[in-house]
Amino acid sequence: MNYLTQRLLTFPLILLGVSVLVFFAIRLVPGDAITAMLGTEAGLLTPAQRASLASYFGIDQPIVTQYGHWVLGLLQGDFGISTTYGKPVLPVILARFPLTLELALFSMVIALAVGVPAGVFAATHNERPSDLVVRLVAMLGQSTPSFVIGLVFIYVLSVYFHILPAMGSFTSLFSDPLGNLGQMILPAITLGFAFAASVTRVSRSAMLDVLGDDYVRTARSKGAPARSVVWHHALPNALIPVVTLSGVEFGYLLGGAVIVEQIFALPGLGRLTLDAISQRDYALVEGAVLFIAFNFMVVNLLVDLAYAALDPRIRLGGR
Amino acid sequence: MRILAAIVRHPSGRIGATIIALYLLTALLGAVGFTPHNALKQVPIDRLKAPNAAYWFGTDLLGRDTFSRLMLGIGESFLVAFSSVAIAAFVGTLIGLLAAWWGAIWDGILMRIMDVFLAFPAILLALLVVAIEGPGTVTSVTAIAIVYTPIFARVVRAPALSLKARDFVAAARTFGSSQRFILTRHLLLNLIAPLTVQITLALAWALLTEAGLSFLGLGTQPPSPSLGVMLADSKSMMTRAPWLLIFPGLTIMLGILGFNLFGDALRDILDPRTQRRAA
Repeated sequence: MNYLTQRLLTFPLILLGVSVLVFFAIRLVPGDAITAMLGTEAGLLTPAQRASLASYFGIDQPIVTQYGHWVLGLLQGDFGISTTYGKPVLPVILARFPLTLELALFSMVIALAVGVPAGVFAATHNERPSDLVVRLVAMLGQSTPSFVIGLVFIYVLSVYFHILPAMGSFTSLFSDPLGNLGQMILPAITLGFAFAASVTRVSRSAMLDVLGDDYVRTARSKGAPARSVVWHHALPNALIPVVTLSGVEFGYLLGGAVIVEQIFALPGLGRLTLDAISQRDYALVEGAVLFIAFNFMVVNLLVDLAYAALDPRIRLGGR
Repeated sequence: MRILAAIVRHPSGRIGATIIALYLLTALLGAVGFTPHNALKQVPIDRLKAPNAAYWFGTDLLGRDTFSRLMLGIGESFLVAFSSVAIAAFVGTLIGLLAAWWGAIWDGILMRIMDVFLAFPAILLALLVVAIEGPGTVTSVTAIAIVYTPIFARVVRAPALSLKARDFVAAARTFGSSQRFILTRHLLLNLIAPLTVQITLALAWALLTEAGLSFLGLGTQPPSPSLGVMLADSKSMMTRAPWLLIFPGLTIMLGILGFNLFGDALRDILDPRTQRRAA
């Protein structure tokens, strides 16, 4: 069977597995949703009130029935009702998604803009001091947790420049582009830092591999200028693993950067999920996790396809 | 021995190994209580002291010694990282080996289950585990182990499949070697190289994740010292007491760097492809 068909056929199967896992995992969480929603006031409910709430949210039925209803609903775009927001889950998730998408794109642009030139520079200066410096910085970047970088940024800005990053009220890109960029730039750099470090390392080693290839030697011996050999002959092929890496990393970031969103108080998908977990908002956790996993799977599938399209040596049926 | 010598010759291997050894020693000293101060004792009169001769890395809001707390924090992080990676490596290797050995339908079932776990971004899967188990040290271990198990299964399965088709395995079968013998001696022993590299890199990632989980308040709970919690606490006080941010930050970074450097050196040494390139 063709690799592509195989990937596409197992896709719904894995999605089904993900939904089963998410649904039943959430049912293992101790404590019930009604108590979590009302806090101490839940104690004031009469049994009849409690039962009517449970039936409104559909949590009074057998668990397999609940799962069946949930999946049927999902297929119609109905993700259930969030107990914390008292609204359907899907709009709540979609409202947070633009921020997460923007942050992911923004940090990917930073990572590629810094990482690819740095990697190419290091590869063309192989084993010279400048190469070692780039490698050391990239290694440090990969070893520093995002929250350390984020906190250091906040510290440097507030102590040496006396500015505090705007936090609290978030402005969207469309209502106030400048204000939005001002809020996004620090989180994006924070995320982009480690991302750029991986891009640098991968593009350096890919570039080194390609520079040793026969066709590059041929180009050189034909008298092509060094700069053109690097940027026009070698780079396109060296970028293939960079595409794979960026795609996978981008997929991760679409799941929300929980820690960075927490530090910079950004209302993204990651914090939504984190809050939903602590609120025991079953429907919202399920919806958010499924949404994130779905995006992640789609991005990974696209990366695989791009990989196959970029490299003619990879035969789609050959795996 | 040959590999040990190669690690010592490899510059980043040397640095990485030194850092790891220093951290292990620190964690060990902390575990037996050999710290400059009592890490849990609050000395109100010495709150928020800048680094000085008595308190090398300063004190926190409750007058606790940062250096001693870091020593215990390293131990905590290492405990979580090592136990979670050990569990993931064991379970993942077992699944990968069996999937490759049994083949056919079992291979399909086992690896599709692994794919389901791989369909979650790692931190999300960890959050899900925290949601079920509640925050704590054991939760961090479980969460990190669950994230890494499918990765080990994948790392083991592909080379195990190609080893299984090799002549020496067929020969061992005709000699009447038991399945267990073939699996452990012929397959597992030949997988040690990729496994060691993966384990080292997994340890770096586990340290990062443990710190992240406790930073979010989901891992090790106070008053136990933990690098992530110390950093989270530093946020509100960093303009007054920057040492509370700087030292724990550097400690985490250096520890992870040690494993990354060591892992890189191991990959250079053990991977036949890079060996050929160097030759």
